[in-house]
Amino acid sequence: MLKLEAVDVAYGHIKALVGVSLEVREGELVALLGANGAGKSTALMTISGIVRPREGTVVYNGTDLAKANPFDIVGLGVIQCPEGRRIFGGLTVLENLRMGAVRRADSSGVRRDLDSVFSLFPVLGQRRHQTGATLSGGEQQMLAIARALMGAPSLLLLDEPSLGLAPIVVQAIFRVIRELHRRGVTILLVEQNVRQALAVADRGYVLAAGRVILAGSGGELRSDPELEQAYLSTAPEAGR
Amino acid sequence: MSALELLLQQLINAVSIGSLYALMAIGLAMVFGILRLINFAHGDLIMVGSYVALLLQVLGLPFPVAAVAGVAASTLAGLAMERVAYRPLRGAHEIAMLLTSFSVTIFLENLAIILFRPTSRPFPAPAVLRSVITMGQLRVAGLDLIAIAVTAVLLAALTLFVRRTNIGIAMRAASQDLLAARLMGINVNRVIATAFAIGSFLAGVVGLLWSARVGKVDPLMGFNPVLKAFVASVIGGLGSLPGAVLGAYVLGGLEILLQGLLPSGLTPYRDALVFAILIALLLLRPNGILGSTEKEKI
Repeated sequence: MLKLEAVDVAYGHIKALVGVSLEVREGELVALLGANGAGKSTALMTISGIVRPREGTVVYNGTDLAKANPFDIVGLGVIQCPEGRRIFGGLTVLENLRMGAVRRADSSGVRRDLDSVFSLFPVLGQRRHQTGATLSGGEQQMLAIARALMGAPSLLLLDEPSLGLAPIVVQAIFRVIRELHRRGVTILLVEQNVRQALAVADRGYVLAAGRVILAGSGGELRSDPELEQAYLSTAPEAGR
Repeated sequence: MSALELLLQQLINAVSIGSLYALMAIGLAMVFGILRLINFAHGDLIMVGSYVALLLQVLGLPFPVAAVAGVAASTLAGLAMERVAYRPLRGAHEIAMLLTSFSVTIFLENLAIILFRPTSRPFPAPAVLRSVITMGQLRVAGLDLIAIAVTAVLLAALTLFVRRTNIGIAMRAASQDLLAARLMGINVNRVIATAFAIGSFLAGVVGLLWSARVGKVDPLMGFNPVLKAFVASVIGGLGSLPGAVLGAYVLGGLEILLQGLLPSGLTPYRDALVFAILIALLLLRPNGILGSTEKEKI
């Protein structure tokens, strides 16, 4: 479904991704792990067309996303829920959700999905006329995920959905991720919360200093001693 | 004239001039909200529309036709400005965009000087715009009432637009978080072009009202309005649409208030005093009246 091959990304002289290859198959939940600055968010931004790779291809169902713009990529159903939530604080919950569906023309489908995200996150239904800025951190994360779901994703990119949230909210977020996976949504999940991520993921990749250093099923990675090593040896090779 | 009539008279003057500032300030604020660009060339759109309206009247066309064509010319000029001068700079530093807006201004003003000569020309306005309505001691210019009414209608339409339509909501979304807007699939180029089109349309309307008010047009006529509109949007909070409107009326009110209160020997210093008050205001509220206190967005 999605295949990155030998992708190089650099910000000026700083190499963010070096020869990254990875694959997400239809219906899979794939975790992308690694320490801070390993290149996880850069990988997602490359898939979303915000960052252009220097080398390599990002092929999604036959289309090279490396040559497409974000507008068209969202049109293909590749939707990102970005790190730090980035909801529109001055817009109401309903307006935020409307913006998530801005590329869609099927108004009956949009209405159905609105009911569906309100049943997934009942609190958003109660707060539908409140502005995003008035929501709690956990509610904002739910809104960010709901907004992405309003785009009817065929591939959902989730960047650090549990970051900065209370443990009980983290549990709720992971319950939703598991539920989405059960419904057949294909998910690429970036997480710092390794244990939780590998518990829900079918497979995982581990990035360090912009390279894929480990890959395998969730179970394999959990028992791999090198996994811990990846989080300890964070010395960046970038810039060489 | 009784005190009440005097108050009413000055209030009408303040709301009338504040309305013109408001229509200008909205154009600046819309573009600044999304691009972080202070488009000083916005004032020259007033000049473009006014000259087109004047030219067509000289050619013998009736005022309404000339007026519509003038507003259309401003709108098209604004769209062309975005496409030619600003779109290639997408993602460039804010200073680069600001400098570009200065060069667009210099280009347009000198083009007008070459085409129409640097001297001002009388702007013929129909009788209804020059009429004066007398109510007791109260003398109200028809133009003031029209300016207030037109602004009220346009502000209402604009409010509906940014609250109800997809593109209007997308505009607010893009001004809050441009990256998130792109990730949602909002067509940012279309949103920016729409902001320019609306702002330029409003500038065209201001051009007609302004030219009718002062009775003449000249190539540099856009400078004063854009300066006032910039000050108005700073007072209200740069980038905020309600702030721009509020700031415009505050500025108009201050000007008229000082005009009425100052002894005649001091009226030439009116603008200096107005700006002194604004500096004091900004010392108290650096982000403007309605400006957010959060850190600058990146």
